[in-house]
Amino acid sequence: MTKYSLTVNGAAKSLDVVPDTPLLWALRDSLELSGTKYGCGVGQCGACMVQINGVPTRSCMTPVSSVGRQKVTTIEGLDPKASHPLQQAWQELDVPQCGYCQAGQMMSAAALLKDNPNPSDADIDAAMGGNLCRCATYLRIRAGIHRAAEIARTQKGKK
Amino acid sequence: MHFHSKNSDLSQIPKGIAALIQQQSADTNQVTEPSRRSFLKMSVASGFALGMYPAFAQNNKAAPAGLKAFQQPAAFVHIGKDGGITVTINRLEFGQGVHTALPMILAEELDADWSKVSAVHGSADPAYVDPGFGMHLTGGSGSIKNSYMQYRELGARVRAMLISAAAAQWNVSPDILRADRSTIIRADGKMLSYGELAEAAMKLAVPEKVSLKDPKNFKIIGQQVGRLDANDKSSGKQNFGIDVRLPGMLTAVIAHPPVFGAKLTSMNDSAAKQIKGVRAIVKIAVDRGGEGVAVIADGFWPAKQARDALILEWDTSGVEKVDSVALLKKYQDLAKTTGKLHFKADVSKLSGAAKKISAEYSFPYLAHAAMEPLNCTVQLSADGSQAQLWVGTQMPGVESVAAAQALGISPQQVSMHVQMAGGGFGRRAVPSCDYVIESCHVAKAARSAGIQAPIRTIWSREDDIKGGYYRPMHVHRAEIAYDEQGQVQAWDHVIVGQSIVAGTPFEGFLIKDGIDGTTIEGMRDPYPIPMRLSVHHPKVNVPVLWWRSVGSTHTAYVMETLIDEIARGAKQDPVAYRLKQFADKHPRHTAALKLAVEKSGYNKRRLPKGHAWGVAVHESFQTVVAYVVTASVQNGQAKLHTATAGVHCNLAVNPKTIEAQVQGAALMGLGMCIENAAITLKDGVVEQTNFGQYAVARMTDMPQVSVHIVPSADPPTGMGEPGLPPLAPAFANAIAKLTGKVQRSLPFKLS
Repeated sequence: MTKYSLTVNGAAKSLDVVPDTPLLWALRDSLELSGTKYGCGVGQCGACMVQINGVPTRSCMTPVSSVGRQKVTTIEGLDPKASHPLQQAWQELDVPQCGYCQAGQMMSAAALLKDNPNPSDADIDAAMGGNLCRCATYLRIRAGIHRAAEIARTQKGKK
Repeated sequence: MHFHSKNSDLSQIPKGIAALIQQQSADTNQVTEPSRRSFLKMSVASGFALGMYPAFAQNNKAAPAGLKAFQQPAAFVHIGKDGGITVTINRLEFGQGVHTALPMILAEELDADWSKVSAVHGSADPAYVDPGFGMHLTGGSGSIKNSYMQYRELGARVRAMLISAAAAQWNVSPDILRADRSTIIRADGKMLSYGELAEAAMKLAVPEKVSLKDPKNFKIIGQQVGRLDANDKSSGKQNFGIDVRLPGMLTAVIAHPPVFGAKLTSMNDSAAKQIKGVRAIVKIAVDRGGEGVAVIADGFWPAKQARDALILEWDTSGVEKVDSVALLKKYQDLAKTTGKLHFKADVSKLSGAAKKISAEYSFPYLAHAAMEPLNCTVQLSADGSQAQLWVGTQMPGVESVAAAQALGISPQQVSMHVQMAGGGFGRRAVPSCDYVIESCHVAKAARSAGIQAPIRTIWSREDDIKGGYYRPMHVHRAEIAYDEQGQVQAWDHVIVGQSIVAGTPFEGFLIKDGIDGTTIEGMRDPYPIPMRLSVHHPKVNVPVLWWRSVGSTHTAYVMETLIDEIARGAKQDPVAYRLKQFADKHPRHTAALKLAVEKSGYNKRRLPKGHAWGVAVHESFQTVVAYVVTASVQNGQAKLHTATAGVHCNLAVNPKTIEAQVQGAALMGLGMCIENAAITLKDGVVEQTNFGQYAVARMTDMPQVSVHIVPSADPPTGMGEPGLPPLAPAFANAIAKLTGKVQRSLPFKLS
């Protein structure tokens, strides 16, 4: 076992795991942040998506030993008040069904919006193609991303 | 209006089940009685006792004798002093929206302030049985259908009790009081809130008969209501079964045999034991008489690493090692012979008819692949005589009994904590209770190994894909003769496929004359066809299960592509042909199809070059869904562009959820058509391991799906599944128009 110190959602966290432990299981089993989900373990479904230094990253494929001092953001840290434009849009449009994949969806979508505040449907499909949703909430995810972009633009205008 | 639930008597429950069979059988009168008898016999023999254990009903003390546990409000409604209303749902929420729709129904008759309503899951308490089935069951698209009257009545009873409490407090007649938005209002305008009245109200006698609203006065039912779980599911706050965390809890991962039911001959666990965090490695009995090994560790990662490091040898000599290619050949041969007869029409006109179709269809095994992998957490009491289970399950009653048997304790000593589940599509309603029983075996073996901690058993995705309980593989064969006008003269049809319920407690009432009703549902009707239908149920060493919309996953495809082929052969428009067939006998089919046609602009708007229309309509779970789709073929790939759904589900409780259910079911139906949507076996071993080999539809596959509901005030019918069956055949019909070739096997093979 090895001691690691991670920065997760802005807070320093320490844990003691074997180096090859994926960040996913470090978050879920060691740090008790269970918003990030296990879906496939092989980078195929996107349920485990987090951001590392703002870049969408599959935590199931990311060994804890590789994270170092980079900033990890999970769904719990997407917004301090859980009112990120995506979260507002997700609630407004009732995006989730079973909800299991949605943390991963939102972490991918948040990274997309950061780089591209006004994405087209094609941009969304390209950015979200790695996130599976077995309930098929895809149409509302697309609509939710457009709506979040709108909310973000309005907020920016107010500032 | 006084209401007496027709499903209120548990002794009548088999009628609820028989009603399912009724759809599939022409002679229902013969079905009901034997079904009831065999169901009761099954219940006693198997110890399931209608899935009613454990018997901890939270009955109201003051309830009249005539009321069943599921009719008494105390188990379903709690109103806090702050006016917060908590409604207990008697089904599993796994995406379909019952966590919102059931409270809506209750809140309607309660005249509740919707903003104060929240929902929680029930348990294996007898109060939470499906009143239609008489057992704990989320399935058969029955949640709203079977609990619509139940939840209305519950709400009305509480409203009546609140009015009585207010009348007593004011010392006035209840007749001058009315309820509105969680308040009882007196004629002079004086008000008491539900929060103020609840404590006194819930002590009052529960009225047996209550008045229900006229649907035209509904304020909540029928509205586009947002999901009660949307916030938690958008913030990472929603816990699922896999997120259960108990003090000291350990995680187990099981090594299942590579061939279903195989035995363990040797185990080398020296490498596995070296992995840090591993606490114990134990042999356990697994499903289908097989043997397995469970690794118990501090967390999932060490448990899975160690499981994968086990060197195991297996004895597969006693079990069949299935090969999909050989099995298909065997099914194709069988399909050329007549099986057990269901429909028995005269098919002598097959020879000499003007036009003929001879068609063979094949469908592969399909995995449910819900996003949340299977899991179940078991905590035993210090002396092992009591158990608590945390599990996302569609059948907590049956599973509490199965858990008790596995643990060697009485069912009354098992508490089920039903957890929100990340999808299921049938995989969380397993009659054999495979993953729950195995989790109990793990807990018991852990206890024997000196571990006191609660154990959370988690299946990896590979375990889920390879672990069985698939939609059965099927072959259909049809010989059809029809005349120049498209009128069918004779239709001889054979289905080959494993029975889902054979060997399960459901066998007694779902198998009739040797035919599994879930295999043939969706055949023939509503078309006035002289059909002979026979069925072969081979026994194959592959566990099978209902998969969203069950038999209609294949029967709708076969029926609706063949009907289209007949229409094309008779040079008739596929919509006009179907409407003519429905005539005036199937008004709900007609209404659904006409609505889809109207909203899609079928044949009125011009499609881009290379695009074609496709149509299909199908009834399942008493709901009719029609699709009008547009599709194209580009570079040898079929692409679905738009799907317009016409839905007849009677009264739409929450149109917002219905839209989501239909869109989701549409994509799952489309998912049956895409490349690699198949489970195959070689030497008895499933060849697919994860989403890389077993394809499920992604965002790029998603067409525009618009959903239109036929207005109705009749009691609601099923909605979780009916959106699935007609999608694939509508898509296939468009492809056939473009290519001249009917896709006779799924997934599609265009080149």
